[in-house]
Amino acid sequence: MMTGLSNRLSRRRLFSLGGIAAGGGLLSACDGLARSDSLGGIIKSAEAATMRWQRAIGRDALAPEYTLADLSPDFKVNGTHEPVEAEYQGMKRGGFADWRLEVGGLVTNPMRLALPQLKALPQRTQITKHDCVEGWTAIGQWTGPQLGLILKAAGLKPNARYVVFRCADNYGGEASKGGAQSTSLYYESLDLIDAFHPQTILAHSMNGAPLSVGHGAPLRLRVERQLGYKQAKYVMGLDVVESLAGYGQGNGGYWEDRGYEWYAGI
Amino acid sequence: MATAADTIEAPPAPPPPAAQPYLFHRHALLVRVTHWTNALAIFFLLMTGLNIFNAHPSLYWGPYGASADAAHRWLEIGSKNVGGEARGFVRVGDVTVTTTGVLGLSTAPNGGPNPIAYPSWATFPSYRDLATARNFHFFFAWVLILNGLAYLGYSLVSGHLRRDLLPKPGELSPANIAHDIVKHAKLQFPKGEEAKRYHVLQKLAYGGVILVLIPLVILTGLGMSPANNAAWPWILDVFGSRPNARSLHWVAANLIGLFIIVHLLMVVLAGPINEIRSMITGKFRIDPEKA
Ligand code: HEM
Repeated sequence: MMTGLSNRLSRRRLFSLGGIAAGGGLLSACDGLARSDSLGGIIKSAEAATMRWQRAIGRDALAPEYTLADLSPDFKVNGTHEPVEAEYQGMKRGGFADWRLEVGGLVTNPMRLALPQLKALPQRTQITKHDCVEGWTAIGQWTGPQLGLILKAAGLKPNARYVVFRCADNYGGEASKGGAQSTSLYYESLDLIDAFHPQTILAHSMNGAPLSVGHGAPLRLRVERQLGYKQAKYVMGLDVVESLAGYGQGNGGYWEDRGYEWYAGI
Repeated sequence: MATAADTIEAPPAPPPPAAQPYLFHRHALLVRVTHWTNALAIFFLLMTGLNIFNAHPSLYWGPYGASADAAHRWLEIGSKNVGGEARGFVRVGDVTVTTTGVLGLSTAPNGGPNPIAYPSWATFPSYRDLATARNFHFFFAWVLILNGLAYLGYSLVSGHLRRDLLPKPGELSPANIAHDIVKHAKLQFPKGEEAKRYHVLQKLAYGGVILVLIPLVILTGLGMSPANNAAWPWILDVFGSRPNARSLHWVAANLIGLFIIVHLLMVVLAGPINEIRSMITGKFRIDPEKA
């Protein structure tokens, strides 16, 4: 067995080389599946199934609400920490006195609402869980008028189907989280079922204090049955629309344009 | 296609003369089809699950859980610098284990260091891609659930579950279980008539996966969904919170992974060709007791 050893060694090397090649081949074959457009269409069909199912079992169900004792001691600031855009910075310097929420699109009564006007509407305060797509969870208290109230006041035209939220920040496109620098501002959208849900509010306060810049001052969306990326911060305007085609790449949101589900109920 | 004869039990016809190996109809068509569909779904679910975990490689216990909540974090997979050298580690409670090369810090396909919880060879896609991993994960979650319901429905109605999978009262005696463990340790697999039925450890493993782990992984998965939390808050009540559900989802997935390793090992040891053929064509070769 003198030559056996070297034989075995070289055989083992051959095996491991073969293993690496086969492993590498398997990896790239698998990654090919991940990038395949035709397969992607089938895979994406699960999103519609999930949405239909979740609407069937709880179209009007309320998200669980918590107590002050459950608040996260340190609610994580995620996404944009502070919009760098000059327009936003100007408004921030003025304490958002010049900020107006533009409500337009397919409405009979377009509006421009200042913060005091939003605060004069009936308010809803809710302590809810914030479920990040990455897997972490935080609990916070939010206060603001229901979105449905504002939409009713604006009067929806018959062909209205979605509400698009235009935000102040150009997310900046962190390379690790979705690639290239963003060319458009952050945006999000809801259909009318979630827009008129009683817990869907435009929050100006968090944990009893005005929203901090990190958490979306002066106004952010809370849509409590969907993931964190739907909770648009720095909301500047609402467009009521029939189709999402005119915004970004047409998928209904900043992260949706980067492959994430538009229906973020799971 | 599932006729009465399509079951795992001995056919009514008397077996051919002993001492001759013969083919025995072991697995019903529906069991075979759902088994392979399930295997495909589980492989994608595990590998996309690891990719999803990589987006936030910490687990928490309690009402909330995020980076700042150190008191609630019971598991963490990451990398740190120790004396100028990068190290991968897994921390569970107060115990930290160095796992450089596999967990926390591994080698990227291009040969460079990869500071990531699970290595690229264990995840789908092999690179960080939460959006794609989630899309595949939820697609195969639907496959797992619908396929599992078909299997369970069939197994209940046909009697497969009661007859072939649930241990009979006598089988659960410590003596019988000990006997089975010894036989496994000696790598003695049943022959003849004995080989036609699952033995007790096999029943416990299959039953545990079908009736405990897969339902648990599905319920804890739903427990992480905000829309499901609204529609079915009882799931959240059962597990206590979303971070708890996520922790238990990870534990259940690990136990399923452990089952798969043992399952594949047993298939290989028991005679992979005969075993795998039985799960493809349904036919299983029975060797007589005395060769
Ligand atoms: C490619 C991987 C797999 C192979 C080669 C394989 C092979 C087999 C074989 C040969 C049997 C029949 C055993 C016998 O007749 O004694 C079997 C049964 C079974 N396997 Fe697998 N299996 C695989 C993956 C899985 C996975 C991922 C799961 C679930 C997590 C699983 C769960 C089961 C169950 C529950 C049974 C019993 C089915 C019944 O009788 O109803 N298998 N497998």
